[in-house]
Amino acid sequence: MAIRDFLRERFFPHMWCPGCGHGIVLNNMLRAIQTLGMSKNEIAMVSGIGCSSRISGYVDFHTLHTIHGRALAFATGLKMSMPELNVIVPMGDGDALSIGGNHFIHACRRNIAMTALVMNNRIYGMTGGQFSPLSGYGTLATTAPYTNIDHGFDVVDLAISAGATFVARTTTYHAKQMADIIREAIIHDGFSVVEIMTQCPTYFGRKNKLGDASNMMEWMKDITTPVGSKAKEENPDLIERGIFVQKELPEYCSEYNKVIERAMKGRS
Amino acid sequence: MAKQKLKQHHINRDWCKGCGICVHFCPKKVLELDEEDKAVAARPEDCIACKLCELRCPDLAIEIETERSE
Repeated sequence: MAIRDFLRERFFPHMWCPGCGHGIVLNNMLRAIQTLGMSKNEIAMVSGIGCSSRISGYVDFHTLHTIHGRALAFATGLKMSMPELNVIVPMGDGDALSIGGNHFIHACRRNIAMTALVMNNRIYGMTGGQFSPLSGYGTLATTAPYTNIDHGFDVVDLAISAGATFVARTTTYHAKQMADIIREAIIHDGFSVVEIMTQCPTYFGRKNKLGDASNMMEWMKDITTPVGSKAKEENPDLIERGIFVQKELPEYCSEYNKVIERAMKGRS
Repeated sequence: MAKQKLKQHHINRDWCKGCGICVHFCPKKVLELDEEDKAVAARPEDCIACKLCELRCPDLAIEIETERSE
């Protein structure tokens, strides 16, 4: 099956800006799904609000486009009622960690089997380039014309501390690695978080004078290094990419079934 | 192992937004943007069918058709 078969082609060309990294995420997420050989009916994509969340409209799976920050809450309800579905939750950085920050940490803690993709472009693109909790100290944004003084979250550290059982980071430059990691995340039986560093050339790139989309991808290549590499020891400012955590813990839906069995005491 | 050889670049001009990512990252400088800012394969004979343009295209507008060569 070609990846075009997973698209709702009637909505193309998509609404993202030229060079937007979200299209690269869509591209390689579909390649990951293609290698898994899943049918469209086995997958549900639940998204919230933002440029990133528009991804669910372009894929021909079961899709839910829900409310800002609450995609994981909707996805939890869906997964509890239909645990046989593979649930994928694409979110932007603001959607996942600002408006949806509480849902995010508790979904990590519960270890419910779903895949959270945090498409981190470090800005609120759809609403005009306001700074997000991942913009980082010293960056420029529409709402931070004299530089942002908020420190950013580290999505990977946050997800690990909150208890996610699969945590990884990649970038749009590393497209092949992205597809491999998303594939691993989907087959993981537990809550998986994949941070994908992506470019918003329209707002983050232009405000911070990072050049065009290609320059921003080169920049992401330069500021990242494979997890556990020597380069990180020499330059601690480098951001590690790869799989950080991959462990087995009891999964929420199967544990909940055990609770039902205990409550029913063998009655049907 | 048989090597993949280029058969044809399929570039969807309706979907291409001319961001230039494919042109920038092509290791063999095969691609260019034309006067309408759409990607075109200007030097297809140099293509090594690495498919980096296809994987990195944010508009899902490029498909590299290959054939096996011995």
